[in-house]
Amino acid sequence: MNLPSGITIDKEIDARGSFCPGPLLELIRGVKSVPVGSVVAVLSSDPGSGKDIPLWIEKAKHEYLGAFAEDGYTRFVLRKVH
Amino acid sequence: MATERMSLVVFSGAADKLMAVATLATGAVAMGMEVELFLTFWGLEAFRKGTAKEQPPISAEFASYGPLMAELMQKKGVPHWLDTLRAARELGDLKIFACSATMELFEHTLDELEDVVDEVTGVATFVERAKEAKITLFI
Repeated sequence: MNLPSGITIDKEIDARGSFCPGPLLELIRGVKSVPVGSVVAVLSSDPGSGKDIPLWIEKAKHEYLGAFAEDGYTRFVLRKVH
Repeated sequence: MATERMSLVVFSGAADKLMAVATLATGAVAMGMEVELFLTFWGLEAFRKGTAKEQPPISAEFASYGPLMAELMQKKGVPHWLDTLRAARELGDLKIFACSATMELFEHTLDELEDVVDEVTGVATFVERAKEAKITLFI
């Protein structure tokens, strides 16, 4: 599945193979390390991420840009808004 | 809104249960909660300097799975529970308290414990703080 047009990923974190809550932790660290407005993606093969990562993005009040299924993993994308 | 809190009593020193403690603590701080661990008995023993990284026991009823679990964890790169707790402390508000009665019983001092342990407290402090917590678990 492709990203919506006009969206460019500024930082992509490869957390494949990491267990819950590893991918979420790596995403949080990644979001902290970039300026507001950046688009951050995390690749996760953990089956819990499908619910956990969107839930965190909502709770942390960032903009959720979607989950895109790849072969054996998912790319979760957000925009840092604060 | 005041920060929501999770308070865990960590009684078991078994590595599998400590993994659950570390995972819950990390998830809760990630979701913006304040987390407090109250270490007592074998849970406190597991935080003595150097103890955690020795081949730790797993829950007695599953002891025969110990070698398999250790092998799988290594193969799959599962982080040690103590490292997970360190990561959780960097991420958010995690405090770790040591039970004063256990400290007395086993004649420990705070500097004999891993540096992630903040201070020694009594049960009254735990109860007072846990009664305001949204989540309390005994592990």
